[in-house]
Amino acid sequence: MADDHHGPTVRIYLAVFASLMFLTALTVWVAFQDLGMFNDVVALGIACTKATIVILFFMHVKYASRLTWLLAGAGILFLLILFAFAMADYVSRGWLGMPASHYLQ
Amino acid sequence: MADHALHHDHPHGLAHQFEDMPQQKESAVIGMWSFLITEILFFGGFFATYLIYRSYYPEAFFEGSSHLDIPMGAFNTIVLIVSSLTMAMAVHKSHEGNKRGILVYLTLTGILGLTFLVVKYFEYSAKIEYGLVPGLAWHPHGENSPQLALFYSLYFGMTGMHALHMIIGIGLLIWVFVKAAQGTYTAEYNAPVEIFGLYWHFVDIVWIFLFPLLYLLGTQGGGH
Amino acid sequence: MAITEQDVQASEDAPSVNYLNNGYGLKSWLLTKDHKRIAVLYIISISIFFALGGLFASLVRFELMTPEGDLMSSDTYNKVFSMHGIIMVFFFLVPSIPATIGNFLVPIMVGAKDLAFPRINLLSWYVYVVAGILGTIAVVGGGVDTGWTFYTPYSSTYSNSNVILAAMAAFMAGFSSILTGLNFVVTIHTMRAPGMTWFRLPLFVWSHYATSIIMLLGTPVIAITLVLLMLERGFGFGFFDPNLGGDPVLFQHLFWFYSHPAVYIMILPSMGVMSEMVAAVARKRVFGYEFVAFSSVAIAILGFLVWGHHMFVSSQSTYAGMVFSIITFLVAVPSAIKTFNWTATLYKGSIVYDTSMFYVYGYLGLFLVGGLTGLFLSSMGLDIHLHDTYFVVAHFHYIMVGGQVMGYLGGMHFWWPKITGKMFPDICGKISALLVFLGFNFTFFPQFILGYMGMPRRYHVYPEEFQILNVASSLGASLLALGYLVPGVYLTWSIFKGPKAPDNPWGAKGLEWETTSPPPTFNFEETPVVTEEAYQYGQIEEH
Repeated sequence: MADDHHGPTVRIYLAVFASLMFLTALTVWVAFQDLGMFNDVVALGIACTKATIVILFFMHVKYASRLTWLLAGAGILFLLILFAFAMADYVSRGWLGMPASHYLQ
Repeated sequence: MADHALHHDHPHGLAHQFEDMPQQKESAVIGMWSFLITEILFFGGFFATYLIYRSYYPEAFFEGSSHLDIPMGAFNTIVLIVSSLTMAMAVHKSHEGNKRGILVYLTLTGILGLTFLVVKYFEYSAKIEYGLVPGLAWHPHGENSPQLALFYSLYFGMTGMHALHMIIGIGLLIWVFVKAAQGTYTAEYNAPVEIFGLYWHFVDIVWIFLFPLLYLLGTQGGGH
Repeated sequence: MAITEQDVQASEDAPSVNYLNNGYGLKSWLLTKDHKRIAVLYIISISIFFALGGLFASLVRFELMTPEGDLMSSDTYNKVFSMHGIIMVFFFLVPSIPATIGNFLVPIMVGAKDLAFPRINLLSWYVYVVAGILGTIAVVGGGVDTGWTFYTPYSSTYSNSNVILAAMAAFMAGFSSILTGLNFVVTIHTMRAPGMTWFRLPLFVWSHYATSIIMLLGTPVIAITLVLLMLERGFGFGFFDPNLGGDPVLFQHLFWFYSHPAVYIMILPSMGVMSEMVAAVARKRVFGYEFVAFSSVAIAILGFLVWGHHMFVSSQSTYAGMVFSIITFLVAVPSAIKTFNWTATLYKGSIVYDTSMFYVYGYLGLFLVGGLTGLFLSSMGLDIHLHDTYFVVAHFHYIMVGGQVMGYLGGMHFWWPKITGKMFPDICGKISALLVFLGFNFTFFPQFILGYMGMPRRYHVYPEEFQILNVASSLGASLLALGYLVPGVYLTWSIFKGPKAPDNPWGAKGLEWETTSPPPTFNFEETPVVTEEAYQYGQIEEH
């Protein structure tokens, strides 16, 4: 668990803050560059990086017990299951050459 | 916590069901993380909906996104990141049992949270004025108009739910502030500040994803 | 009954102050933070909703006695089966065992004074009550006719009934269940007594841990789904509206992401109850303890990967359907592990033929039929024939009523002496278990045949050739209702007139049997130290 003797210092907080601000500027800048389909990938990559930084340092997970890691990981894993299995349906609807859906496209 | 008056031999702030302070604090932190799991999946329903419609109607989503105000969105992103820093500092001060430090940083966090909501209010007002609220004030007539309504339903649903979490957060902040002002939190007993911090950072993380997904999408004009 | 002199002696020496008599008056109950009292509050409130849901069920069975729709109009019938489903699922089945027996026993079984967050526990009951009031208003104010599944676009656009109110009630009931699950997860992780390692935990606790995982990971998704539905219906936002290019099937995806795992919220706790009871009536350690423990967690996790099997005949892609179908078959593995292991526990055990044993046998039989017919439905081809017929209705009633309610009633009997401190007449318990088992089979077995012959669910007018089986089912339902009423009578009687219960009336093992009946407010006189694994029945002398 988070213990004040092993928790992050003020210097670490400031460094985290600076990197978050930098990444925010970066994501806005990148949005105005034409990277084709990679615009989405880069934007999401930066958002994930920022979220990871917040979770590890501001939320003390880096200094926390394995159980906290497990809980945070379980939330993200099951979120991905929701995305993956729902998308699996939408992606594969057209594969049989039958009308994919009455409503979509 | 309300029971501590009954047990004079117990340390300050220790509830009756726990054996010692570390157990109580660990329980509080794990409890908050368990709650945050539910929050991840709660917002996950929105994100899954977004993901699917976005992949089906990219043009309408680009168009919808291009009507959003990037400077305001970016400003709010910065506001929330600063508020996360001040919140982290409040937690840091609570570990030292520094009452004044907690109060100062909580105040800053609260002001930044309110700033976010005020900016959000102006953004919503503009959208209502332009008739971009599905079902209530909807003016677009173009070919993409129906799918545009999907985008704006998601925009208002997601940012609205996020704003609701901000409002609840500010309510909780006031409660923690009052408790701190009463001198409840010490170097040993500060779990409420810490778990409130977790909540606040989580709300920040949601916005970290909402900003690129909703605002930055339209910058390429649907070029792919 | 096996009561020894030692037991009687122990209960006479026990301190007279317990959780029931340490305070009287409404306030001492409504403001209590004691998990045992909150469990009792839950028992009372879910019993009310069970009765209400049962009333709607009997109206359904009454209407189906004849092929014509002569008792009520089609609209009324739609409302009656919808409200039966909504009340039974959200207000009885989901909270039934976890919020009552689980709430009472989890802290005691891990050797703690209370749950980790007693005030949140009380809050969960209040949220449940408010949800129940909202639900009741929805029922009294004209009802709701969408079925318990709230499928769009009917629920969002066309239905004229109280959809928003009912959805709000379900949303809040979900919130209450999240709070219960959160409390269990934290309590099981951080509050175990010294020496209580994970593999010394009773299997009841393991199954409640697995249940809590589902409550935490699944319930928020139904919450957001209902929020989206309310926004669409209330404000005209579009999320699932085909006119805007939205997909109603997406609602089904989100809905079943919770609602399929929710089936395991309903069945896993009863599996925990059965593990305790099987060990107690066979006087043996549960065969393959680790496998039974891990199978609970496996069911919880696999349960999240199968939701598409409810959507084989929607416009879901065939490929996604295949994946969902295969994983659905896999769920049978951990379920079968449990059933085999309970049976193996009985093998060469010193079986006691008391009420608990009757409930155990009943449960094993009904769960077996319910589980195996699930395999019929998980095969995509056969499901096209059986989808939305009475075969499905019979299947899930065998799981939810045959499994869960049998587990709930069995557990209530098994721990009744602990909860109330009073004994019930054993012969009455046996009769009620028999009535429930027979009544249940008479009610629902005919429905398998009806469904296979093609009778669709949710219709109140049907061809005449289905009448005999429908009448059989309705008569069985009367027997089943009797089976549920009888325990209500003699258990209530026992509170006032029943003989005082000893601390360990069944000679069972477990921390809950080492404290007094009923337990003191903080469960134990001093924090217990655990030195052995669960179910060490070898050390108990034969009576």
